[in-house]
Amino acid sequence: MTKTITIDGKTIPFEEGQTIMEAAAAAGVYIPHLCHHPEYAPHGSCKLCSVTVNGRSCTACTFPALEGQEILNDTKELNDSRRRITQMLFVEGNHLCPGCEKSGNCQLQAVGYYLNMLDNHFLHFFQPRELDASHPDVLVDRNRCIFCTLCVRASHRDGKDVFAISGRGINKRLIFNSESGLLKDTDLDVNDQAAHICPTGAILIKRTGFTVPIGERLFDDKTIAETSLDYERGDHDG
Amino acid sequence: MKQFIQDLAEKHNNQEKQLLQILREIQACYHYIPEQAIEQLSGLLPIPRTRIIGVVEFYSFLHLSPRGQYELLISDCLTDHMRGKKKLTAYLAEKLDVAVGAVRKDGLVSLDNTSCTGMCDQGPAGMVNGYALTRLDRARIDRIADLINRREPLAAWPADLFYVDDSIAKPGLLLKQPIVQGAALRSAFKRGLKATLAEIDQSGLRGRGGAGFKTAMKWAFCAGEAQSERYVVCNADEGEPGTFKDRVLLNSFAHQVFEGMTLCAAIVGARQGFLYLRGEYLHLYEYLQEILHQRRQAGLLGTNILREELDFDIDIHLGAGAYICGEESALIESLEGKAGIPRNRPPYPVTHGYLGKPTVVNNVETFFAASAIAVNGADWFAQVGTEKSAGTKILSISGDCARPGIYEYAFGTTIQTVLNDCGATDVLGVQIGGPSGTFISSQEFDRKLAFEDLATGGSVIIFNESRNIFDIVHNFTHFFAHESCGFCTPCRVGTSLLKKQVDKIYEGHGSAGDVAALEELGQLIRVYSHCGLGQTAANPVLTTLERYPELYQNKLKKISYEPGFDLDGALDIARRLAQRDDAAAHLSQVGDHD
Amino acid sequence: MTDKVKVATVSLAGCFGCHMSLLDIDERIVQLAGRVEFIRSPLTDIKRCTDCDIGLIEGGVCNSENVHTLREFRKHCRILVAVGACAINGGLPNYRNYVPLEECLGESYLDGIGVENPHIPNDPELPLLLDKVYPVHEVVKIDYFLPGCPPAADVFWKFLTDSLEGRDPSLPYELIHYD
Repeated sequence: MTKTITIDGKTIPFEEGQTIMEAAAAAGVYIPHLCHHPEYAPHGSCKLCSVTVNGRSCTACTFPALEGQEILNDTKELNDSRRRITQMLFVEGNHLCPGCEKSGNCQLQAVGYYLNMLDNHFLHFFQPRELDASHPDVLVDRNRCIFCTLCVRASHRDGKDVFAISGRGINKRLIFNSESGLLKDTDLDVNDQAAHICPTGAILIKRTGFTVPIGERLFDDKTIAETSLDYERGDHDG
Repeated sequence: MKQFIQDLAEKHNNQEKQLLQILREIQACYHYIPEQAIEQLSGLLPIPRTRIIGVVEFYSFLHLSPRGQYELLISDCLTDHMRGKKKLTAYLAEKLDVAVGAVRKDGLVSLDNTSCTGMCDQGPAGMVNGYALTRLDRARIDRIADLINRREPLAAWPADLFYVDDSIAKPGLLLKQPIVQGAALRSAFKRGLKATLAEIDQSGLRGRGGAGFKTAMKWAFCAGEAQSERYVVCNADEGEPGTFKDRVLLNSFAHQVFEGMTLCAAIVGARQGFLYLRGEYLHLYEYLQEILHQRRQAGLLGTNILREELDFDIDIHLGAGAYICGEESALIESLEGKAGIPRNRPPYPVTHGYLGKPTVVNNVETFFAASAIAVNGADWFAQVGTEKSAGTKILSISGDCARPGIYEYAFGTTIQTVLNDCGATDVLGVQIGGPSGTFISSQEFDRKLAFEDLATGGSVIIFNESRNIFDIVHNFTHFFAHESCGFCTPCRVGTSLLKKQVDKIYEGHGSAGDVAALEELGQLIRVYSHCGLGQTAANPVLTTLERYPELYQNKLKKISYEPGFDLDGALDIARRLAQRDDAAAHLSQVGDHD
Repeated sequence: MTDKVKVATVSLAGCFGCHMSLLDIDERIVQLAGRVEFIRSPLTDIKRCTDCDIGLIEGGVCNSENVHTLREFRKHCRILVAVGACAINGGLPNYRNYVPLEECLGESYLDGIGVENPHIPNDPELPLLLDKVYPVHEVVKIDYFLPGCPPAADVFWKFLTDSLEGRDPSLPYELIHYD
C-alpha cells in the first residue's frame, strides 16, 4: 500500500526517504523556498518552506515525509510569516531591483511577488557589502547574497570549493578560496555550475545582462510556483 | 612560525577535526591567526583555506587581525553589569589607554567585551589571554594595569587575581554525598550493565541541561544502534548567562563526572569520549587533564578498565567563545573542528552524532548524577523530587541576594524557598533558566522547580526592586543578537531586528505601534527559527511583555509614529562638514503634527 | 467639486518617473478627473498641501527638506501611499548609501577631478543631507505601498479605482514588480 501524507487536506503519496518538499513537488504542490534546490542536499536555512506538521513548524526541505502527517502549507498564517521572512532578507542585504541584471529572473524577487510582498516592512540595515568584479567572466555582488549556500554546495560538487560562508550572525559574508581573497584568483570557471546557481543577483555572468526584454523574463508571466514545479517535472523526466 | 605550525599540526595528527583546537593554540601564541598560518594549515590538513577562515570568523576568541599580547575581555553578563561592570571597564580602558574593542597602539594590550564568563557569583569578571579574572574592582584593575604596563608574564601574576571560588552554599542529595572513585563503575559491573541501565531508567533521571530528555532512554537508543563506533560527549559548554554550576562540578567533582561518562561508555559501548569545555573555563583545563591522568593510572580509564575488558578514554576539547555550541548538534560540529552551526534534525545525534556515529551528549550534571545513581540505586534518587521530576537540581544563583553560589534542591521546591535561602529581599522578579528561560514576577514565587513547571538548566538571576526591566531585556536581547550563529533567516536577521526594536523603545523612541511590532517579531523568531537559540531569543521580550504590559506602554510616546532612526543624528556628518549649527540644520525626532 | 476625492502627490528623492507613469494612464485621466481633484502636486504646481484623502509619495528621504515635506504630507493626508522603489527602499538614490557621506561630499566639492574653489556648500538655505537615503516608512507611518520602478500606469489605476470604489486596494500578481 502506498504511504500518504496530507497537505492542506489533499492526500499525497510519498516514497520512503522522501522529504516533505520532494513528495509535495512530485504531486505538483508548490512550497515556497529559496535555499532548496532539487539537485543538492537540503540546507534548511532560509525557512521559507516552513510548514506546519501535526501542529509543529518544520522545514519541508529537510523534514522526512512520514505516514499520516497532516501538513499545512498554503495558509494565510504561513504565507504572512513567509512574507515577513522574505522582507527580512530584503532589509538585511541591499536589494535594489531596478539596477540589478537579475531582475525578472530573480527567485528572491519572485518569491516576494508570489507572497504579495509590497514593501520591506522592517528597518533597513544598510550594511554596504563588498563587490568583486575581478574575475573576467563572473561578478559577485555581496549586497545581494542571502546565504542560501547553493554556490558553496555547487562549487564543492564542482570539486573546487571556490565559495564559503564565513562569519557569524548578522556579520556573515561570502568568501572566496584564493590567497588574495579575490574571485579572479580562484579556480572558478564561467561554466561551473556554481557560477549559475545563485537564486538572486549575487553571482552574475558578465556580458549577459539585460538581454531578455522586460515582459519576456522568467517571472514576468509565470509565477515562481509554476517555474519551480516545471523544473522539478523536467528534472524527473530527464 | 613555520616549524611551530608544523609541529602543532603533527601533534594533532594533521586531522581536520582538530582544526579548532589547533587554531586555539595559534591564537594563544600569536594573539591572532596569521595569514601565513592559514596557508600552511590548508596544505597540511589539507583543507580549503576558506574552511579555516570560516572557523576563525565564527568563534569570538579567534581573530584574523592581531590582538594585544595581553588580550583582556570583560564579561558583559547582566550580573556583571549589576556589579558595576560598565564603570569598571571605563576605568580599565582609561588606566591602560585603550578603547573598548581596540588594540593599544603599541600592540601590548587589547580590550573588549565578551559574553557571560560563568563567574556570576564573583563578578565583575573578565579574562586575560583566556584565563579567568574574578571580583574585579578598582584596586584589582590598578594591579592588572600595572602588571601589563610592566609586561609581567602571565605566569608571574599573583594567583589571587585568578582565584575562582566554588561557593557551594547549599549542598543536597548529590553534593553532600560524592562517590568514592571507581565506585560507580564497580557497582555497575557487579550489578550488570543492563541492570544498571534499568536502574538509571527507574531513577527517573532526565537531562540536566534543561530539556529533560530521559537519560536512560537516550543511552538505550545509542546502545541499540547497529553502528559499532559510538561516542560519549559531556557538554560542559555552559554559556547560558547566569549559570556556573558545571564549573563547580568540574572543579570539585571531576572524578564523578568522568566516571559518569565512563559508565555511559560501558553501557552504550563507546571507546572514545569528549569533554567539551567552554573556552571561558581554560583555567580548568590542566587540572582536568591531571584528573584524567590519575584515572588512567588508577585503571579507571584507558584500556581494560577495572579488568572488565572495557576500553574507553576521554579527550578534552576547548570551545572558543560561542554560546551556540551548547546546543548539542552545534557542539558536535565544533568537536569536528567546524563552525558551531546546529544541524538539521532528524537525524538526531544519538543515531548520527560525532563523525556521523551514534553519540550520547549529556550535561555535566547528568553524568554527575548518573554515577551517584549507579552507586546508590534508583530509589535513593527517586525518593526526592516530584513524580515527573525525580531527584535534585543544582542551581547557580546570582544577582541581588546576600549569598550567591551553588544550591542543590529537590525538584518541587518553590522559588520562594530558594529566595529565602540565598538571602534575597525586595525581589522584583527572577530570571529562571537564563535569558533563554522565563522571567517570573513576584506574583509567581510559589511556582516550583520542576520539568512540569519551571524547567531550567539551573541559572537563577535575582533582581530586586531597584532594577529596571528594560535594562534586563536590553542586555539579553543584545546577547542573543551577538550569539546567533546566523544560519537561518529568522534568527540571523530577526535577533538583530529585535535588538533595534528594543533599543528604540529602551532609548525612549517607541510609539504606540512599536510594542505590537515587537511582539509580532518575537513570535516570528520563536516559531520559525532553526534551533533553540532562535526559538528562545525573544523570551526576554515576550515573557516581560506578558507580565508588565503597562510598563511597556508607559515607555512609549503618546504619538502614533516615531521614526525608525535618529533623524537629527543622521544630519551629524553633513552639519560637521558644512560647519553649520543653525536651526535649519537640525531635525526634531517627532514632527509638530503629533 | 466637494464630493471629489482629493489627491495630492509629491516627489522627494526621486526622478519623477512615477509621476510620468501616473500620466501613462492616458485617456483614463479624463475619467479620473471627474472623480478626483488633484491638489498639491507637481502636476498642478500647487505648492502647499491642504487636507486631502490620498497622498502619493514618490522618492526616498535624502535630506532635511524631504523630512519636512514628508511630515507635512503625513499631517494632511488621510491615506499616505509610498509609490515606487525609491519611496519603498531608497531605490536608486540608495546607491549612495554604499559610500560614506563624507566621501560623497568630498568627491563632489573638495577633491574630485575638476573641482575649483573647493568647499562644502554651507548656505543656510540649503537642506542638509542625511547620512543615508531612507525609505519613507522609516520616517512616517505609511498606509499602502505601490512597488515598481516605476509602478505601471495600471498599478495607479487599480489602486485609485479600488480606493474610489471603497474597496481595499489589492494588486494582482502581474502588477507587482520591484523594477
